[in-house]
Amino acid sequence: MSQTASLPIGARFDDDSPPALRVRGYWSSVGYRLRHDPATLFFGLIVLLIVLAAIFAPLLAPFDPYKEGVVLRLKPFGYRGHPLGTDELGRDLLSRLIYGGRSSLLMGLVPVCIATALGGTLGVIGGFAGRRVNAAIMRTMDVFYAFPSVLLAVAISGAMGGGMANGMAALALVFTPAMCRVAETATAQVRSLDFIEAARATGAGMFTIVRYHVLGNVLGPVFIYASSLVSVSILLASGLSFLGLGVKPPTPDWGLMLSTLRQSIYVAPLSCALPGAAIFVTSICFNLVSDGIRSAMDVRL
Amino acid sequence: MNAPTATSTVMAVPGLDAGASAEPPLVEVDDLTVRFVMREATVHAVNGVSFSVRPGEVLCILGESGSGKSVTLRAMLRLLPPRRTRIEGAIRIGGQDVLALDKRRLRDLRGGLVSMIFQEPMTALDPVYTIGTQIAETVMRHKGGSRAEARARALELLELVKIPSAERRLDNYPHELSGGLRQRAMIAMALSCGPRLLLADEPTTALDATVQIQVLILLRKLQRELGMGTIFVTHDLGVASEIADRIAVMYAGRIVEEGPVAEVLRAPLHPYTQGLLASTMHGQSRDHDIEAIPGSPPDLRRLPAGCAFAPRCVQAQSECRAAVPAPRYPLHGRMARCLRVAGDDASQPWPGLQHSVSPAHVSSER
Amino acid sequence: MSTALDTPLRPLSRAAGEGRGGGADPRDVGGPAQPLLIARDLAKHFHVRGGSKSARVRAVDGVSFTLFKGETLGIVGESGCGKSTLARLLLHLVERDGGELIFDGEPVGAPRGITVAALRRHVQMVFQDSYSSLNPRMPVQDSVAFGPFVHGRRKPDARRVAREMLVKVGLNPDLFGQRYPHELSGGQKQRVNIARALAIEPRMVILDEAVSALDKSVEAQVLNLLRALKAQFNLTYLFISHDLNVVRYISDRVLVMYLGRVVELGPSEEIFTRPLHPYTRALLGSRPSMDPAHRIEEPPITGDPPSAIDPPTGCRFHTRCPFAEDVCAAKSPELGAWLERGSHVAACHMLDAGSGHSAAPA
Repeated sequence: MSQTASLPIGARFDDDSPPALRVRGYWSSVGYRLRHDPATLFFGLIVLLIVLAAIFAPLLAPFDPYKEGVVLRLKPFGYRGHPLGTDELGRDLLSRLIYGGRSSLLMGLVPVCIATALGGTLGVIGGFAGRRVNAAIMRTMDVFYAFPSVLLAVAISGAMGGGMANGMAALALVFTPAMCRVAETATAQVRSLDFIEAARATGAGMFTIVRYHVLGNVLGPVFIYASSLVSVSILLASGLSFLGLGVKPPTPDWGLMLSTLRQSIYVAPLSCALPGAAIFVTSICFNLVSDGIRSAMDVRL
Repeated sequence: MNAPTATSTVMAVPGLDAGASAEPPLVEVDDLTVRFVMREATVHAVNGVSFSVRPGEVLCILGESGSGKSVTLRAMLRLLPPRRTRIEGAIRIGGQDVLALDKRRLRDLRGGLVSMIFQEPMTALDPVYTIGTQIAETVMRHKGGSRAEARARALELLELVKIPSAERRLDNYPHELSGGLRQRAMIAMALSCGPRLLLADEPTTALDATVQIQVLILLRKLQRELGMGTIFVTHDLGVASEIADRIAVMYAGRIVEEGPVAEVLRAPLHPYTQGLLASTMHGQSRDHDIEAIPGSPPDLRRLPAGCAFAPRCVQAQSECRAAVPAPRYPLHGRMARCLRVAGDDASQPWPGLQHSVSPAHVSSER
Repeated sequence: MSTALDTPLRPLSRAAGEGRGGGADPRDVGGPAQPLLIARDLAKHFHVRGGSKSARVRAVDGVSFTLFKGETLGIVGESGCGKSTLARLLLHLVERDGGELIFDGEPVGAPRGITVAALRRHVQMVFQDSYSSLNPRMPVQDSVAFGPFVHGRRKPDARRVAREMLVKVGLNPDLFGQRYPHELSGGQKQRVNIARALAIEPRMVILDEAVSALDKSVEAQVLNLLRALKAQFNLTYLFISHDLNVVRYISDRVLVMYLGRVVELGPSEEIFTRPLHPYTRALLGSRPSMDPAHRIEEPPITGDPPSAIDPPTGCRFHTRCPFAEDVCAAKSPELGAWLERGSHVAACHMLDAGSGHSAAPA
């Protein structure tokens, strides 16, 4: 370097050799690995298509998903312009599937987001605060943790009464303890590292340390776990709707559709299988994408 | 002193007393290359390493982190993860081609002919079994015999490595022992089958100073009494000077200098060895800065074309960066890979040690 | 760029020294003769979980020493001797169970003294593990800038200080500032850690095994750097290490610890040429010879250091000491006059007239 001569102390730049590999930040190196993972990219594309279809449902759906027709009940594929036939009330099945994605995806994403915010916050507090606060938070979470998640979701939404909002609230409550535990573990790990002690030695307060040194390190594991919960949430939400505790008819929803078409399983087995297939494909794609993200983010730095 | 009895029982190797000069080398490593193939890059950990060890000789491989010294040692027992490791070259131990052995013969080699000790004894000792059980198991696996015999042998070994109240320690679990005792127990286990070659991977680095010297002296005595060939990997010049007969200095996966330890420490040939000696603290004047080697070691994913040390070498010339310097043999028994080392003792063929001083007695002769 | 490099840290000095009187260093309160730090009978006992009720680790047990302005005090000892706990006690990263800490004449944490927060403005620490002491998700420049930011500088300003500090430790901020810790070598990371510690202009730096994990060639670079920075910033060092040769090179005075107690304290050259305590002698004699012609044939002492849980009574070294007598197990030896700058003292009954040891002076 040219300024070597003007350096204030005798030291020169000893380590001026250019970096051997391209210097990347953490997130850009995660992006790099994701871009070079064809399987994750493929399933990510499917997820994207499903999401886009749900968003642009009014443009894509060939019929009004609520329009019933007594004569059109349970017609086969391709009947009079209905590509996937009709359901037990004569509504266009394809349109209902496209619209149904809206509530299913919403039920998949919203509870996870709420649980991440709530559980993540509690977990970081629990992991960073002293022993007593930690015990208070974590033991409370353990109480919820003790119940099987399906049972808990059914119980809560049953107690609050059905409906989409209540269903989402129930699912959020189900996921919060797990999220909290993940965040707490990650925080406790980070907390024991020297750079936290160095930050304390600098004179920084607890809030500043959490904001600048803890969150960035906890976000990764929390995000990975959250992405894996989305598919679980979609499945549970469908289950709630199936039991009549989630989305109310006539709103199109995959779980609800599965429940109502179930009675016609011997009349139109293919039509009956469609919502199930939609749930299956969506949740498995979310799962595979989450796995890809996990392996891309899972680097010991 | 219980050494003589111990020797007679431990040493199961015939013919060690035969003239050392006539004997073939115990270990021959020829042009060893080890690469780790990763998702995004290939790490060139070892790049053409050749050396040999005679029976009863202690070779120290000295190098800093990332020099490939531990990888070389692990490659000799094929302990590296096979799926992403590419090993080329030849490794011959006691006449066997290690790289060609099948799984069963490899198991017989490990712990039988060759033993290894590690920096962290807890990696070699199983936490759920007592010391006595573990040593007895090893003895029975390789030598057969009854449980009682194996246990007697275990006791004998603990006494050999000078563990106080050995009888009681047999029934201790590894975590119940202090660091120094644990290290001794691991050495006892390594010696249990009378190996002819001991591979030591920084076995004293994690120990406290007063314990390190005890273990070093113990290893030195045992090695002499049992006549084991030893390859001792360390980053510490002081440790090397205490135990080595010969020393091989590694840098970026290559041996840059080799020779008898006293001569290398007294008059190093390679600029890297010279720099290492200058930057190792041993009573320098406090009035001056230390003559440090500038810069950092090269990235093993992207080695420079020529001499890997050239970017940090104050004496480097343009030829240094053109090609990797070939080994030169300027003096009897000494090698350096540096273009500035003049003179080539052509009468000294690689690895050329037939006529050098009997290494086991370097210290007593001087 | 070169102008930024030529005017190093002057604004920072002014900011740190505001409101204080004149003199060589405006932060100097007690004057040059006042020791920068006096530690008196410091103690820290950790309770061991699961053991019997009385089981506690006496990590630091009555440690006293002085640290004079501008000197380097080396602290040596084996693992478990309490040297790292001592470092954390000095910074109040762990609460002390007993004793007194006086920084530049002002007691720390006492009603009339200075607060812990004020102490941390003046004392910084460099840790052994260069990797875990840097936030892996933060560019190193931001890690260095964190201290000045916490102390009230605005972000661009703090970042400028950080870049200047990186230059001081020999790292080009244009090349290294935006890198993450895993993209640096061990030596480079430790330079960043040093820059981080110095960024808030402390008066004293605790170096806790700061060069121990580095390769020898890099260790030498960092030692040179530490010496240069000390002169430039008028620093006082507390240098903790298990490597006696390094301590000898860098320290003016040396303190030897064994199982939570001070066994010997004195000027560096005296400790290394005329050690008083049998443990110091054993420690010095355990260093490899560096000469294959004169190898060490017998270890100076045998056995491992005992556990700090339930340490031996009396002199804690008596279980391994070749000169131990009954008095050594019965009664704890005193260190003597440790407060003076030139004093060379050791806690051993053999040096104490009338202690009852047969080798003691009459």
